[in-house]
Amino acid sequence: MTGGDTRHIFSRVLFYLLIIVILVYTIFPFYWAFASSLTPNNRLFSTPISYWPLEPTLNNYQLVFRNNLFIRALINSAIVSFAVTALALVVGALGAYALGRFRFKGRSVVLYTVLAMTMFPQIAVLGALFEMVTNLGLYNNLLSLIITYLIFTLPFTVWVLTNFFKAMPRDLEEAAYVDGASPFQTFYMILLPLAAPGMVTTGLLAFIAAWNEYLFALSFTQTPENRTVTIAITAFEGATASSFELPWGQIMAASVVVTVPLIILTLYFQKRIIAGLTAGAVKG
Amino acid sequence: MSQRIASTTAAAGAIRKRQRTLAESQTFFAWILLIPTMIVVAIVGLVPLIQTFYLSLTDARLASITPAEFVGFENYAFLLQDTQFYRTIGNTIFFTVITVGFEFILGLVIAMVINSNFRGRGLMRAAMLIPWAIPTVVSAQMWKWMYNDVYGVINDLLVRQIGILDSNVAFIATNTTVSLVSIAAVDIWKTTPFVALLLLAGLQVISGDVYEAASVDGANPIQKFLYITLPLLRPAILVTLIFRTLDSLRVFDVFFVMFGQRSDTQTMAIYAQQNLVDFSDLGYGSAVSIAIFFIIAIFVVLYVTFLNVEES
Repeated sequence: MTGGDTRHIFSRVLFYLLIIVILVYTIFPFYWAFASSLTPNNRLFSTPISYWPLEPTLNNYQLVFRNNLFIRALINSAIVSFAVTALALVVGALGAYALGRFRFKGRSVVLYTVLAMTMFPQIAVLGALFEMVTNLGLYNNLLSLIITYLIFTLPFTVWVLTNFFKAMPRDLEEAAYVDGASPFQTFYMILLPLAAPGMVTTGLLAFIAAWNEYLFALSFTQTPENRTVTIAITAFEGATASSFELPWGQIMAASVVVTVPLIILTLYFQKRIIAGLTAGAVKG
Repeated sequence: MSQRIASTTAAAGAIRKRQRTLAESQTFFAWILLIPTMIVVAIVGLVPLIQTFYLSLTDARLASITPAEFVGFENYAFLLQDTQFYRTIGNTIFFTVITVGFEFILGLVIAMVINSNFRGRGLMRAAMLIPWAIPTVVSAQMWKWMYNDVYGVINDLLVRQIGILDSNVAFIATNTTVSLVSIAAVDIWKTTPFVALLLLAGLQVISGDVYEAASVDGANPIQKFLYITLPLLRPAILVTLIFRTLDSLRVFDVFFVMFGQRSDTQTMAIYAQQNLVDFSDLGYGSAVSIAIFFIIAIFVVLYVTFLNVEES
């Protein structure tokens, strides 16, 4: 074996070691949440702590699924997230079609307004939205979230879909117009089906953003039955082995329940999500 | 002959007219399509922004019997003397500098690792997406448990396994700096993979030929990194830094879950939300919101000018 080979093997080992360190760093908190969710309270609140679940139990999961308010919060989050995603996609696709396929005066003004809004700090409009929600009688109502969540889902949807429509070949509409199709028919029957992959990507990103939202949900809802899941997960109370501790086993079980669907969704659509996330970054 | 010319001009005119009406009808149609988007943008974005600015000039209180009165820049005058607001600016900027700095460096390392060829590359890229996908609130809860001063795994690791600490530390309970650094670690964990993915997208656009040419010229890896990778990655770096800085400056979720309304670790966004919602002080809370908006805008302008000037 030559010196070059040894050096090559050495750097290869270091490289894989680095990968392992990165993976452990990324995955460990998830492992810890999962392990804790399977650990009974008497083990969870005892030292020295164990690095794998001793006497594993599903008790925490049973408690979480018997917790009606948590189930309610899951349903609430699903309602809000689906409604927001659907609204953002319908409104966004129409707007993006106009911005992506037509040249007209004022187009770039609209486009830049939309782009500016994707970077908009939500806190800057919280006061006025809070007042609006209260005046409309929507305080503590899921509808307030469905409306206000559009502030961070719609601009993003319009922006990504506009780029998607723009990238389609020009002759698509021309052929349709020659055949006598109206602009709306052209949109509905030709461009929209072609935009389906882009719609899936942006829809997923909008759904995840809505599912994960906290500030508006915290500010615009009040009673437990109107909570979304992000609020519910911070609202766990209950008796534990130590009266000074929160029921961490249950909280971790709830965290796993909330996270697993997202992980499955993300891994299944990973290529599209990465493409959607990085589209803005690469094109600038 | 003249007839032919006349008919041609007439035909041309007709075509031009048809084109014009086509262009007009297309413009009309485009604006029709944009109506729903514009209504939404107006209702949840532009109008509330103007309204928030107006509220910041009044003494409006939520559900108050007395109507709001215009007070000019009184709220802003008070804001300038509000030590708690300065404290929240300090906390937020401290948090932003640490998180954006570490996320950028770690993210770049991870992006370069994933960009090289090895088995399991796809798997690793997928693993990077998981922290991004989970709610910030959930990651805050996971870390709050890991930081627990008695039963937390981080104390166990540092005290019992590695031994660099003598006794358990209350990471997120007492000391302000320790608390801020600990919470920054949570954000760094959650967001570094996302930064890595953004930078990776930028790296993948750089052609391998450039590196080969550099190798032929005898460039070493460090030179390649400094003179090829970094300059060509600049657009991706700019976008990533802007996104991350904006997100960090408006940080809310992780602080609220870990610290609640604790005053020594408050961020700008938490202070604004507290005034607006908990104190129902729409006037002052709105002034804080508008101030945050401008502080963030200053950072964006700084970034764009700084990095663009360097480019030219």
